[in-house]
Amino acid sequence: MSLSTVDAAATAVPPEEPAVKGIEGRTPLQLVVQRLRTDRVAIISVVVIVLIIALAIGAPLIAAITGHGPTDTNVDNGTDANGQPLPPGSAGYLLGTDNLGRDILVRIAYGARVSLIVGVVATAIATIVGVVVGLFAGYYGGWLDSILARIMDVVLSFPYVLFAIVLVSVFGSSLPLTILVIAFFSFAAIGRIVRGQALSQREKEYVEAAHSLGAGNMRIMFVDILPNLVAPVIVLATLLIPTAIIFEATLSFLGLGIALPTPSWGNMLSDAEGVGFQAWWFYIFPMIFLLLTTLAFNLLGDAVRDALDPRTERIFAARRKKKPA
Amino acid sequence: MTRFLIRRIILGLVTLWVIITLVFILYYARPGVDPARELAGRAVTPALLANINKAYGFNLPVYVQYWNYLKRLVPIPGQFNLGISNNNHLPVTTIIAQAVPIDISLAVGSAVIWMVLGISVGVLAARRPRSLWDRGATVFVLTGVSMPTFILGLLLLYVLYYLLTIHGIAIFPKPGSYTPITTNPLEWAHDLILPWITLALITAATYSRLTRSSLLEVLGEDYIRTARAKGLSERRVVYRHALRSSLTPIVTQFGIDLATVLGGAIITESIFGLPGLGLAVVQAIEVQNLPVVIGIVLVASFFVVAANIVVDALYAVLDPRVRVS
Amino acid sequence: MPDTAVDGDVLLNADEIVKHFPIKEGIFFKHQVGSVKAVDGVSLKVRRGETLGLVGETGCGKSTLARCITRLFPLTSGHLTFDGADLSKLSRSQMRPYRRGMQMIFQDPYGSLNSRRRVGSIIGDPLAIHNIASGDERKKRVQGLMEVVGLNPEHYNRFPAEFSGGQRQRIGVARALALHPKLIVCDEPVSALDVSIQAQIINLLEDLQGEFGLTYVFIAHDLAVVQHVSDRVAVMYLGKIVEVADVKDLYSTPRHPYTNALLSASVVADPDKARVRDRIILTGDVPSPINPPSGCRFHTRCPKAQAICSTEEPLLQTAAGDPAGHMTACHFPVAEGEKLASGKATILHAVEGFLAEAPS
Ligand SMILES: Nc1ncnc2c1ncn2[C@@H]1O[C@H](COP(=O)(O)OP(=O)(O)OP(=O)(O)O)[C@@H](O)[C@H]1O
Ligand code: SF4
Ligand SMILES: [Mg+2]
Repeated sequence: MSLSTVDAAATAVPPEEPAVKGIEGRTPLQLVVQRLRTDRVAIISVVVIVLIIALAIGAPLIAAITGHGPTDTNVDNGTDANGQPLPPGSAGYLLGTDNLGRDILVRIAYGARVSLIVGVVATAIATIVGVVVGLFAGYYGGWLDSILARIMDVVLSFPYVLFAIVLVSVFGSSLPLTILVIAFFSFAAIGRIVRGQALSQREKEYVEAAHSLGAGNMRIMFVDILPNLVAPVIVLATLLIPTAIIFEATLSFLGLGIALPTPSWGNMLSDAEGVGFQAWWFYIFPMIFLLLTTLAFNLLGDAVRDALDPRTERIFAARRKKKPA
Repeated sequence: MTRFLIRRIILGLVTLWVIITLVFILYYARPGVDPARELAGRAVTPALLANINKAYGFNLPVYVQYWNYLKRLVPIPGQFNLGISNNNHLPVTTIIAQAVPIDISLAVGSAVIWMVLGISVGVLAARRPRSLWDRGATVFVLTGVSMPTFILGLLLLYVLYYLLTIHGIAIFPKPGSYTPITTNPLEWAHDLILPWITLALITAATYSRLTRSSLLEVLGEDYIRTARAKGLSERRVVYRHALRSSLTPIVTQFGIDLATVLGGAIITESIFGLPGLGLAVVQAIEVQNLPVVIGIVLVASFFVVAANIVVDALYAVLDPRVRVS
Repeated sequence: MPDTAVDGDVLLNADEIVKHFPIKEGIFFKHQVGSVKAVDGVSLKVRRGETLGLVGETGCGKSTLARCITRLFPLTSGHLTFDGADLSKLSRSQMRPYRRGMQMIFQDPYGSLNSRRRVGSIIGDPLAIHNIASGDERKKRVQGLMEVVGLNPEHYNRFPAEFSGGQRQRIGVARALALHPKLIVCDEPVSALDVSIQAQIINLLEDLQGEFGLTYVFIAHDLAVVQHVSDRVAVMYLGKIVEVADVKDLYSTPRHPYTNALLSASVVADPDKARVRDRIILTGDVPSPINPPSGCRFHTRCPKAQAICSTEEPLLQTAAGDPAGHMTACHFPVAEGEKLASGKATILHAVEGFLAEAPS
């Protein structure tokens, strides 16, 4: 996992792509959605993401049905006669229990909430901050740009796991802090791309045209330039979500993210590590869900990028022509 | 060129200074923080606090403390001093000196693997875009990007160490094993092979992606087409000409990744129990051993800043256009 | 500038306009090491209702001058009055109200329209910026404008990419018209278009001028186009105006050697005398605007250059026998019937390439 991966992936997105002739008044977004509909991998990713969202939303329901709360220990014989955890498939415990007799299924469902909240909220904050900082830096240039660009370079190149654990160790771990720390170390990935794009967009004649109409800087930045950056920003944001989820899981795994006993996939794995490998199901389920989620978002991000790529565009156009009208 | 270098070095120093100052504020001068209390441990007595305050100068005005703190970080022999560990009362420099060889070992071994693996996969993919090879490479990249380091480490440990060992095939060492290369080079490699693979697999994904995209870009350029037209073999074109000119982004990424590992591969070291900087900092954070935390943060930051300068310089040598902008 | 011209009703008065782009260098504190003297002391008047053509080789500063008189750039020095108001020193926000009076049409029908916004919102942009109309009222006015410029109002919700180059330029024209400006500066409005389309756009511009009483500053490469649309023509060379005259005078009796060279290289219909001009071939490249030649800037390439030309800068003034509005900046204006071609070596291409030159 690396922020620069996100970076490298997104720079492949060209800022402009010609719209398809003859499709009246479709926004680029509508075009993308239309193309994603024909992409099998994208559909599967979306289905997986929707299922995980459903799991997160339905977590209390699962807890109600099983009768096990996420932090309840040892209800309904959550451990066997020797006090050992139950393997998957045991009565009442579909995915088994952990060493404290807690229901792994319920904890996974609640863990999905943490992962999604962190992933989405941290990404949203990072995207908004990154877009604003990048736009200001790229559009105004000069000393403002020098300072902002330098800050983003530093943030991006830093061993962020190290800095994140230092921050968390100083301020104590909590969900909001985890989100803020992740957003802080992620905004630069978006900011740098947006800055680069804004830098080239502001030289475009349409910006001068807006200026000649009397548009102010804010209007030029947010009404004229921003819509031209939507494509790379969407791709980047989609790719940032899994990065943020991994980041949270890693912090929690190190005991510095979401504090126990609140379950998160990362701290479940941290718990499991303390117990040992005998109870493989402690490990395997949080791992599967974590990987499934990050993979789904990454696949979706890639698909969105392809859908926005003019080279794909041409391939699509060629295909469309081959079909009889 | 010299001016460019001087500029980069000064910027690097400024960056270091900012980090040093932030760390100072975070640990010593944050509102509400009482460093003496944190040092005192559990048995706090007013006399003990007074003693600590006197010994460490915490009762001096903040700017004096800051000045003293800065002074001892200036790399002059006799003056340079990272302090004493609260735990075992060893100088922090000694602790760092003991840990760094492990990080160097980790970095060197995994870097070789990730470069070879990452670049080969990228080249394979770029030579035949949209082929089966390319698809395989995409799967490799996406899995690598979606995989949290600690999950891969745990999986490797589970399968290659635990499962094999309980079946009597103990070919991989148990976590926590480490033999210095000076003692026995073979043992050294044997002990490090799993951590190397963990770090390398995760990192290689980025390099495959970078190699593929920059190689594809270069392969489309005029001079490559000229080389092809001249009848050079495809191999020669790809390896002699194209790969060389697409190396620039890879070199940049490499410098920063290498420096990050040198400054402590926190997760890998934690999972495999390797006593490098990463494990040391995690342990120090757990017990609020501030001098060690600060020392390692500074060393890690130094590596990254230095790597950035070297990379920028290399970049400028490889691509003279950079110097102008 | 000695002003012997009959002023008429001056809408825009530019006086000694200078625009230098600084060239900076430095490690931390950038200092200026030189400047591109893109426009270096230009004075001109634009009269209400006329079309002033502006011609010159690529890089001579036409676009920069256009952006100075519309105050898209801050002026390095000089004075600019528009419709009685002094705009020379206004800040960006102070300029805002005046933007309603002067608009620009850009060369690139692709780059000058925001490809991410719908045509209706592009044309309605000026109405939104100046809080003139919103909602249905804006839509109605935009569709009205679309009709005026010959676009189908039903295409209100399309994106620019769905239009051809000529249609896009019509969108640009509609946007410029939205505020009912007095002056429209057209910076090579047709040079990016197919020849067959150019005429349509030029006719549209001429029709609109009649309908709305517009004043144009019309920049072009193509001397024939300029001759067709302009009432008066100014010729630029390296940041200066070298000759300005009524279109008839300029094309029939060009005084400046540079104007002569330009005209000789182009096929221009000469209504008065079907005189066949000798081809004048200029030698050498256009000098850099960073270090323009001393004295007369044209002396490095001028077939008539004398010693004085490299030391003393000729003033823009009326030559003996010319009408008052015809001014030339040359120590040795070309007399009628004078042949220039044989004067100097006939090597280079500079002007030959001029017409073939791709639009900048
Ligand atoms: N923003 C700028 N910064 C620095 N130099 C500039 C800038 N804009 C223009 N120049 C320079 O000023 C000179 C005049 O440019 P300008 O675009 O005004 O020429 P032009 O006559 O419009 O040419 P063309 O016919 O190619 O459009 C050129 O040498 C150009 O390189
Ligand atoms: S002043 Fe001299 S150099 Fe300049 S155009 Fe006239 S004759 Fe030529
Ligand atoms: Mg121009």
